[in-house]
Amino acid sequence: MEDFKLEGSAKTPEIELKSSGDLLIKGRSIPENSIEFYKPIIDWLDAYEESANANTVLMVQLEYFNTSSSKCILDVFKKLESLSGTEISVKWYYEEDDEDMLEAGEDYEAIIDLPFEMIEVEEI
Amino acid sequence: MTIDTFDLYKLMERDHVLLAFKGSVTSELLTSVFQIMEAKMEDLKDTPRTRRRVFNVLVECLQNLYHHIDDFEVIGSPEELTEKKSAIFSISRTDEYYMIVTGNFIYNDNVTEISKKIDHINSMSKDELKAFYKETLNNGLISKKGGGGLGLIDIARKSGEKLTYTTRPVNEQYSFFTLTVKILKK
Repeated sequence: MEDFKLEGSAKTPEIELKSSGDLLIKGRSIPENSIEFYKPIIDWLDAYEESANANTVLMVQLEYFNTSSSKCILDVFKKLESLSGTEISVKWYYEEDDEDMLEAGEDYEAIIDLPFEMIEVEEI
Repeated sequence: MTIDTFDLYKLMERDHVLLAFKGSVTSELLTSVFQIMEAKMEDLKDTPRTRRRVFNVLVECLQNLYHHIDDFEVIGSPEELTEKKSAIFSISRTDEYYMIVTGNFIYNDNVTEISKKIDHINSMSKDELKAFYKETLNNGLISKKGGGGLGLIDIARKSGEKLTYTTRPVNEQYSFFTLTVKILKK
């Protein structure tokens, strides 16, 4: 299983998906067409399931995301939720005074049946 | 009639306009506008909270324009199409608030739907908006652009104020729709 890496851009986040089970979405996610952007991530997770590591950790370190991304991010969580043979957890990062980002993480936590850890940081 | 440029300038100055645009809204244009506005807000020393909220609302408002301009069928003369696919927006900043105004053409058939949607959002409390957002996020519906109707709800949540809109009939086919969103500085 090959790792998947994508540099961040002005409108899209940095993505790092490792077969070791360390997954990262970092930066800003405000593309006009999010479905197209998130498709390779969903596809990678599909393939990952066959040889999934015992533990999978998704780190979400987002500064901004648009509503077009929010459904796609939910799809990533749902895909993770459906994976078998691996313990999955989510680390949701937010900047110290960013209540909106914390609340967004809590919204997902309420919908998705995965353990979430909310982590406050000075800067993302 | 020709617009007097100096009059236009004075009008924009009076209304504290930071940035205004009229024309066709492309992805590249939005990338530039977002960069300009982020840099401006940093220079103006607004709080991180205000900057984040304004940026969020700006992204949703302008991407709404970008997506909805696409709704028009490719019929009519090139001039007519350019007009229909054209939009206007402005961003103003006073001591108390930021204001984002957008204007675009919509089909007359869609006027009732959009008005109802905004009236519904405006009738909700903060907690009701949060619940409505979660429900819409999780309803499994995805529009072809991916948003699935979350944009206006998110704008209302981040603005914390009621949304103001107008619709003005242009001809038997389409109307001009304007949306005004205010974000109080905190």
